[in-house]
Amino acid sequence: MTRADTTPKSFQEIILRLQAYWAEKGCAVMQPYDMEVGAGTFHPATTLRSLGSKNWAAAYVQPSRRPTDGRYGENPNRLQHYYQYQVLIKPSPPNLQELYLGSLEAIGVDMEMHDIRFVEDDWESPTLGAWGLGWEVWCDGMEVSQFTYFQQVGGHDCHPVSGELTYGLERLAMYVLGVDHVMDMPFNAPDAMIPLSYGDVFKQTEEEYARWNFDVANTDVLLRHFEEAEAECEAILAQDHIDPKTGKRIIMAHPAYDQCIKASHLFNLLDARGVISVTERQAYIGRVRALSKQCADAFVQTEAGGYSA
Amino acid sequence: MPDLLIELFSEEIPARMQGKAAEDLKKIVTNGLVDAGLTYASAGVFSTPRRLTLSIDGLLSESPTTREERKGPRVDAPEKAIEGFLRGAGLTRDQLTEREEKKGKVFFAVIEKPGRPAADIIAEVLEGAIRNFPWPKSMRWGTGSLRWVRPLHSILCILTDETGTTVVPMDVDGIPSGGTTEGHRFMGNGRFAVSGFDDYASKLKAAKVVLDPQERADHIWADATNQAFAQGLEVVEDAGLLREVAGLVEWPVVLMGDIAEDFLGLPPEVLQTSMKEHQKFFSVRNPKTDRIEKFVTVANRETRDNGATILAGNQKVLFARLSDAKFFWENDIRVAEAGAQAWIDSLQNVTFHNKLGTQADRIERIASLAREIAPSVGADADVAEAAARFAKADLSSEMVYEFPELQGLMGRYYAGPAGHPLEVANAALEHYSPLGPSDDVPTAPVSVAVALADKLDLLTGFWAIDEKPTGSKDPFALRRAALGVIRLVLENGARVELRSLIELSFTSLFMSLAGTWKMGSLRANYQLDDNMNILLDEEGNAILASDTRFIYRISNFETILEEWKNGCLVRRDDCRFLADIVDRGDLEFEIDAEETIFDKRLHTIVNPNLIDSLLSFFHDRLKVYLKDQGIRHDVIDACLAMPGNDDIALLVKRAQALSEFLKTDDGENLLQGFKRANNILSQAEVKDGVEYSYGGDVKFAETDEERALFAALDQAGGAISPAIEAEDFAAAMSGMAALRAPIDAFFEAVQVNSDKDIVRRNRLNLLSSIRTICGSVADLTKIEG
Repeated sequence: MTRADTTPKSFQEIILRLQAYWAEKGCAVMQPYDMEVGAGTFHPATTLRSLGSKNWAAAYVQPSRRPTDGRYGENPNRLQHYYQYQVLIKPSPPNLQELYLGSLEAIGVDMEMHDIRFVEDDWESPTLGAWGLGWEVWCDGMEVSQFTYFQQVGGHDCHPVSGELTYGLERLAMYVLGVDHVMDMPFNAPDAMIPLSYGDVFKQTEEEYARWNFDVANTDVLLRHFEEAEAECEAILAQDHIDPKTGKRIIMAHPAYDQCIKASHLFNLLDARGVISVTERQAYIGRVRALSKQCADAFVQTEAGGYSA
Repeated sequence: MPDLLIELFSEEIPARMQGKAAEDLKKIVTNGLVDAGLTYASAGVFSTPRRLTLSIDGLLSESPTTREERKGPRVDAPEKAIEGFLRGAGLTRDQLTEREEKKGKVFFAVIEKPGRPAADIIAEVLEGAIRNFPWPKSMRWGTGSLRWVRPLHSILCILTDETGTTVVPMDVDGIPSGGTTEGHRFMGNGRFAVSGFDDYASKLKAAKVVLDPQERADHIWADATNQAFAQGLEVVEDAGLLREVAGLVEWPVVLMGDIAEDFLGLPPEVLQTSMKEHQKFFSVRNPKTDRIEKFVTVANRETRDNGATILAGNQKVLFARLSDAKFFWENDIRVAEAGAQAWIDSLQNVTFHNKLGTQADRIERIASLAREIAPSVGADADVAEAAARFAKADLSSEMVYEFPELQGLMGRYYAGPAGHPLEVANAALEHYSPLGPSDDVPTAPVSVAVALADKLDLLTGFWAIDEKPTGSKDPFALRRAALGVIRLVLENGARVELRSLIELSFTSLFMSLAGTWKMGSLRANYQLDDNMNILLDEEGNAILASDTRFIYRISNFETILEEWKNGCLVRRDDCRFLADIVDRGDLEFEIDAEETIFDKRLHTIVNPNLIDSLLSFFHDRLKVYLKDQGIRHDVIDACLAMPGNDDIALLVKRAQALSEFLKTDDGENLLQGFKRANNILSQAEVKDGVEYSYGGDVKFAETDEERALFAALDQAGGAISPAIEAEDFAAAMSGMAALRAPIDAFFEAVQVNSDKDIVRRNRLNLLSSIRTICGSVADLTKIEG
């Protein structure tokens, strides 16, 4: 176990240290979800697993896409594609704050030298029908994480309550590594055989996606895909719980939820294209929320959701 | 008598909730104790981000025994009644006593409740307080069901007297009470036991926690101002920020840092807002340059490098934040220098209210109104119109998007670069004023014109869609807007005809909702059937119009045409509202039938009832406003009944003069004389079925008093009407005052109801002159008393 008596040298070392830390604390280290999402919370390992009575502990990196935040790779810390580190533990342990602070130490933040603060920040996701109370965590005045006790997800009260930690990896790493522009950040070790900066990896993609997100994405196609995802989600959930082929009780909460994630991301893309008016915006959010509620309703009827016959 | 110490230790409590939570804890616990019979000498309450602490001195060690005597039924009452009484009192029959009363022998019960030890009561009261605490938002955590603002970790609850300290035993949802607490999250050193409040406070301080929020705030302020003073600077005062920052730290360490030279050119308001909103920094001003040059941040710990790392980190975050602000500022200046048209255009996509169109529609209306108002407030019409068009442009700016509270202020900064004169710049800031009753009223003519137009459009808009204030509900602040109009007019001595302005405002509202029908720009005309046409203009806007009265704008022409062909034409959302107004009868459109469809002129007629209803809302606000200035409501009513009552300045002038006049002896007596004359006259008119209004003829006068009154009325009439004409109400009032003596003398000496009919009628006609002449000043029948 690499304990934090050394400062990490690269973006990936920070990720590796977080993985090792949370693995040691007993979390299942999971992999990113293989779909486009706006935040780590959308990963079913958080959204769905925070529902129901079964205990759970997971940690993972989640690539996240926010089309409206694209700046062609020029802004020092705004990206349309970035990484979040996500931890979800259910029930929330009494020492979750201490565990969290331990993770900061693990990546080289010296608690003796820095000013760590828990500043009120209530979390709400209108598209997930979810809310919780907690803080944004400040390190020397900079927000480095979100810390939330989930109270409701998909319209269901959370019981037990999950504790969720979300680290904005680029920003946190920039701070730890003392880098001013994200593109200058060492992705692997500066003394590696082939040293790569964050810009080497992502500068070009940021430009490409910013152009596509803002000006090129075919809005008619996006709109159609949104409607299709919505229809598919509902169609999946309308199926009989008993699979006629196997005779087993199979509720397809996850496939349905995939469609909900899709609809949510398509909405974000449409938003970035500027084709959604203020009034329509609420209606779209409402449609995605309706899907996530139905998925939550379905998940709590599954075994993983705490259902027992 | 023991002292009680309670500490509820939790994860970080939001700063904004700490003060009220501490007070609530004190109120709930002390009320609970007193209700249970435990009185105390004094109580103090404290809060930090992680704890609420209540200290109660001189508490009774047990509640007193209480004795209650209850009167029961008579001894010979039915058995059922006696049993019921026993059940209620919780006693047996042998415990009752009998007493002789007037009605016979009656049972009495004495119920004695023994005192309870303080600890039992405290445990009960505190558990109730924790379980039902009035947090604005609370949460559950882990597997528990208890709700607290954030997870509650420990309950310290101890009683201390000369024999020592004891823990009050209790358990709330698995959290047992104890006699220990802990200090600072990072600088403390584990849990420790405490023996009473003084011990608690001093051990906390040793563990780097300042318990008292006031002490923390005082320390922060003193240290910040000292550090600033040492460099010839001053901290910008902000009591709210100080309170909040004191609620974010247990061990405040004040650090002052630099703002990079690059940002010193930003407007001070921008620096201040950005630093406060995002970073909770205080601004430090150089009094010589009036610039914000440094900041103060408050850390929650000491470090061996005396905060250097912390300050460097904060400075870095600030650099990023201010880079954003500077980026917004520079982009905004670029747009402004290009004439700001991009902002104004983009307001076409911003909905003001879904029934009242976009911000751009609203600006269009305000601009035309400001133009109309300009001459009456001494402003140049062109400048006023330009100012109105620019005043809300900053709503599209990046800076205002980021910091909405800077609206107007940024407009003032951007007006110059956009090529506008100073008047336009000031109007951008001032047209929102006055915001409250104590807010200053703008005096610059252009600002006044735009401010009036802005408020009038707001009022007519919400009036038209029937969103009037009711009771305590006034979501669009229409009362404030109406009072704003009143104060703008009065305090600037402006003369405006409110009625015609309101009408104009309604007309431009309805026209803007109907869409602009540009003569001669029609590209196509589709005759749908005998009396329904779709007119399409150059820009592709379509208007659906019947030949007679119904018209509305259609945004998507092709769809409408398709729907029409398929016989399923529906009213679109964006025009349904206008159709509603037409259907309600508040508006008519007339299209000249004689002209060809391409030349048809559109006239709008606003329902006068709609105008009256808004005008009377203004009058109600005016009454409230004048009442505060000591003018009675009946005096205002007397003046409201006069012509020109939509000229607020005239109305107030008249009301002030009348109010002063009625306070004089002459005024009071003249009012009595007038009322007597009016009563006699009214009764006679009802009886005779005629109206006496010709004025009498002095040749039928029989007494000197009668003749004197004729003369006095002649003279008064001659004096009053030019005075009214000249709006010299004081002169008009003294003209009336001159009537007092002759009227008194007349009633003293003359009997109106003479046997001779001609004399009687002449006298009634004479009285009608009193009514006419006084009535030209104000409607005195409305005055009470």
